[in-house]
Order: sequence, then structure tokens, then C-alpha cells
Amino acid sequence: MQIEKMLEDAKKTKKILLMTHQIIGYPDFETNEKAIECFCQNGVDLIELQIPFSDPIADGPVFTKSNQTVLEKGIKVNECLHFVEKMTRKYPIPFLIMTYYNIVYQYGVEKFIDRCKEIGVQGTIVPDAPLDEARSYYDYSREQGLAAVSIATPYSDEERLQVIAAVGSGFIYYVPRKGVTGSKTSFASEVLGGIRKAKEVTGKMIAVGFGIQGADDVANLVGAADIAIIGSKIQQVIEAEGLNGLDRFLLSIARVNGGSQ
Amino acid sequence: MKQQINYLGQNGYFGAYGGRFVPEILIPAVDELNQAFQEILQDGEFFKQYYDLLMDFSGRPTPLTYAAGLSEYFGKAKIFIKREDLNHSGAHKVNNVLGQGLLMKKLGKTRVIAETGAGQHGVATAIMAAKMGFKATIYMGAEDAERQYANVFWMKQLGAEVVPVTSGTATLKDAINEALRDWAGNFDNTHYALGTACGPRPFPEMVTYFQSVISKEMKKQLKELCGKYPDRIYSCLGGGSNAMGAFVEFLQEPEVELIAVEAGGKGEASGKHASRIAYDKAKAGVSQGYKTLFLQDEDGQMLDTWSISAGLDYVGVSPILAHLADTGRVRVEAATDAEVIDAFQLIISKEGLIPALESTHAFAGLFREIADTKPDDIVVVNMSGRGDKDIFNIGEALQDEGWKTFVKERGKRYAD
Repeated sequence: MQIEKMLEDAKKTKKILLMTHQIIGYPDFETNEKAIECFCQNGVDLIELQIPFSDPIADGPVFTKSNQTVLEKGIKVNECLHFVEKMTRKYPIPFLIMTYYNIVYQYGVEKFIDRCKEIGVQGTIVPDAPLDEARSYYDYSREQGLAAVSIATPYSDEERLQVIAAVGSGFIYYVPRKGVTGSKTSFASEVLGGIRKAKEVTGKMIAVGFGIQGADDVANLVGAADIAIIGSKIQQVIEAEGLNGLDRFLLSIARVNGGSQ
Repeated sequence: MKQQINYLGQNGYFGAYGGRFVPEILIPAVDELNQAFQEILQDGEFFKQYYDLLMDFSGRPTPLTYAAGLSEYFGKAKIFIKREDLNHSGAHKVNNVLGQGLLMKKLGKTRVIAETGAGQHGVATAIMAAKMGFKATIYMGAEDAERQYANVFWMKQLGAEVVPVTSGTATLKDAINEALRDWAGNFDNTHYALGTACGPRPFPEMVTYFQSVISKEMKKQLKELCGKYPDRIYSCLGGGSNAMGAFVEFLQEPEVELIAVEAGGKGEASGKHASRIAYDKAKAGVSQGYKTLFLQDEDGQMLDTWSISAGLDYVGVSPILAHLADTGRVRVEAATDAEVIDAFQLIISKEGLIPALESTHAFAGLFREIADTKPDDIVVVNMSGRGDKDIFNIGEALQDEGWKTFVKERGKRYAD
């Protein structure tokens, strides 16, 4: 699979890869684009773009509000997809689309995946598409060579981890704690142990998201996870300190990899 | 004794609807709950313990009252009213939460969370928590909390924490989202007592099971009072818990017509309603952990809903009822706010009963088509709750001058 090869190559030169997140249309397309430019300049390895949904149950208060704000502006799914296409054409970095299952379902599962492929997206993350309920989404993605990222948690036993690895593709998104996005996670040794176990059982690249606040958290994950995902914190940094603040923030993270780009 | 519920679909699916579309972190929680629910289905002792509690604490069985005034007024079918308003807490919601409370004990959980629209499920959950010694947190849309403050007051008095939800449309669906988020963070010690026959497996089936006491009693009472099953049963339809409760034991009795009445709000053309099926405005979709018919736009974003009754103001519908409507077993109608207010005045004057606005939709549905019935027909209306909680909305809808003066004077007293 294309993205797996890309990630393996990238991992050869870095201790840990970085995936950042933007909600499409929040606060506006222009800021999204500037943030993406900043991501690319600061050695971010993967970019996750979220198509807003009215009922985002895996998101915490920060993202829930942003989803709602975008929808109140009347932004539609097709506009989001056009924006993603513009970004994939402009920046040579892998993009993934994150959204909720109803967005995919209403678009048409196969049609949505075909469209993702057409606009140069490498994969999708759909947190409320369980492995056993949304099988056609995972299977069709695999057939089309697009990653349908599956999710593992500390509550996934060995048997479940094997299913997660077999049904999903690309890499595994590991949620290290209970709850939703946004609040801080403590990356204690048992959390790191859980991540290592997930890697060992699945043999796949493991991305860890939820609650990563800065360079210390990312440094903590080195040796356990392959990819660190920063979501809500990026939005908070942009809101509080603007794009210059984002630049400083990403630079501090890049130091984890010895400042290499 | 094994409880038979094989007419309710398989593996959490009812035709095209149902399932458990939750984030992976919640999979162990829904699995654990489903396993416990499957176990109690095989356990006749559990049902006996549950029903004993309902009799002892909530006042079951509730009567099936012959509505002589209304029956004479129309001169058509004989109307009977199933009196769920006489449950402790004033609504059918308590049936479900007492069952889930016993299940919580079995699971060793010590904290309960719930969502509430009109507040009846919140009050029932707070009552259950107080009685059984659990901590309770109730999520309520900020708009609903304002419309139904009397219930917020009671929940707080009962010791529950009430969290007004301001995200999304600040109504029931958003309260469900917040409860699911809380559950995702706290399932180790927390049970989510969903209040209606919606949500991920096993909730639709489980809530139906606990509400089936309504139609179990109705069957027995009708046999005693009339010697036959009814020709029609009317029930209001928000999420679907009271409709499922009233219908489930009659699903396999084809001579009984089952009619569910949705919130028609300001009417079909207004776009301000919560009628998913009767107005044929909903599409199959996935949200809030399950697949059903949702009012949504072409992108799949959930739409705003409206009803004079906060309890029916919900964007989705029980997957079981969506399926029963598809197959034609349940006929779904809608009653507008205006029809509901007219029906309310008729019921209160002819029967001396004060129905909840939710339940009044069921009456309004019956009144609209009662001309089609014959004097020998038996119809039953499930009066899911009493209307005390709706006094502000009803006072306002009726533009009652005495009520307005009272509210103004009371407000003035606090403002001074």
C-alpha cells in the first residue's frame, strides 16, 4: 500500500513521525491553507483534514464547537473535498481525510472512496465506523489501495488487535486512553507498554493521538509509537498565538527528531 | 423462564436499521452491556425481581381507564387510556430506568449518566439513582432545560448533577452525544441509562424489553375489561420507548392496528417539526451510535427539529419502529402543535385528565381519525405521562391571561 511505503521510508530518517490535524473551514479556508503550508515547512509527515459533522461523538469540546461553527457558515462536503484536492495538488505530503460515518454513508461509501482517490488523498479515518458494522468501507478502501485506518485502544485484547490489523489498512490509530479528543493524556509506562503490545501483535505502524500537548509528550512516545498525532493542541495554538505561534510550536516538536526536517 | 423477544430482529439489527456505530473505545462497554442483557433475558428471576420493584415502588400495574366522557362525546369507538402517568415520577420512563438500575447493580457500576429531553427520563434516572445509591449526571439540551425547568429542579433536589448542553442544536440529540462522550471516558464505573429505544445495541432492544410491561399489562386488562384485544392502539412517537412499550406484545396479533404519532410541529410545509416517518422527510443514516431514519440534509448533517413538546423533539427514531414502519406493521402519523393544543383542551374537559404534551399527540392522532371507527371498536391510547411539567408551555399556548399574570407577578417578586 502506497502510504505504508511512504511512512516506512520517512521513518528511516526520524525517531518519530508527526501527523497534524485541521478541521476544514475552521476558522476559514485561508487559515487552513496557511497552517498546511506551515506544517510542510516544519517537517510534518502527514496531514489529517477533518470534514465537519453535526454530531461528532469522538470529539471533545474544542472540536465539537469548531465542527458546529463551520456548519453554521453553510460549508458543504463538496467544498471540503475541493479544498482537499487543492491542497494535495499543491503540497507533496500525504493527506488523510477524517470524518464521521454518516458523511461517507450519505455520499455513498464506494463513491466517497473513489473521490478520495481521485483527489489525491492517501487514506481515511472514520472513528464511528466499527470494524464489524462498516466492513464494506474497509474492504473497498483496501481494494482501491487507500488506507482505511482502524483504531485500537488499551482495551483491545490480542484477538481484537488482530482483527483491527486485518480489517484496517495503512497504519493503526492508537487511542491511549478513555474519553474523547482534547484533554491531556498521561503517557505513563503502562500506556507505552500498551502501544508496544499493539505494535508487536499487529506488526503495523502505530500512530498515537488524543491529548498530545507538546514536545515532551512526543519525545515520550519515541521508541513506542511510529507517529505522533497532534489535533486539538494545534487548533488551540493557532487560536491563541496565530500562525507564528504555530511555527514556533512545530519547531519545538521537530527538535525531538534532532531538529531534522 | 426464558423471555421471548425473537420478533425484535437479530444481532441488533431490525431490517436495515440498528447496529452499534460507536468509537472503538466504547466497544468493550457495549459488549459488556449486551452480554449482561442477554443473560437477564434468560433469567426469569431477574424479571420477577424487576416487576416486584415496579409494583412496590412505582405503583404498577397502572390502570386501563375507560374514557367515558370522550367515548360519549365522539359516539364512535370505546376509548381506553393506559395510565402510565400514574407511575411514580409521572411517566413511563421509570419502567426502563428501574430495569437498567438493577442491571447496573449486576454490572457493579456506581455512577449513572443519562440524557433527557423533556426531563422525564432525567427525573426518573435521578429517582432511580437516589433509591439505589448511585451518583447521577444528567445531560439536557440547554434549550430544553429552559423549557422544562421544573424537571431540572427536581433532578437537582434528588441529588443529580444536571449539565446543560450548549453544543449543536442544544436539544435531545446533543444531550445524547454528550452522554456518549462521558461514557467513553468513564465506562469503568459508569452506566449510560439511555432513555429511549434508540442508540447502539443493545439499547433499542433493552429499553423495549423493560417497557414491554405496558403492553403485557394491557393484554391482561383488555381481556378482563373487554374480552378481546383492541382494534387500535395509539401512542406518541419521539425516540419510541412508549410506543414500543405499548405495541410490542401486540406485534404478533395482526388484528390489532398500531398507530404511532410523531410531532408535526408547525406543520409539514413549515420545516419546523420532528416528523421523520409520517412526513417522509427522513433518510437512513448513521449517528449517535446507530443506524436509523434521521432528519438530515443532503450531506448527512442532522437537521434542527421542532415540537411544542420537548420530549418528541428528536432527530432520529427507534430503529425498531423505523423497521416496523417499513414493513407496514406500524402506521405512523403526525399531529401538529395546534392539533395537540385542541386535543389537550378536549381531554382535560371531558376526562379530568392532564396528559403530557407528548401523550397528547397520541390522542390528537386518534381524534383526527375517530370518525372511521365503529361503536363496537376498542381503541387504546397510551398516556405515557402526565402534563404538570408542561404548565408553562400550555399556559403560553393557550394565552391564558390568569397564568400570564401569575408568571409576571412571581417574576417581579424575584426581581425585586
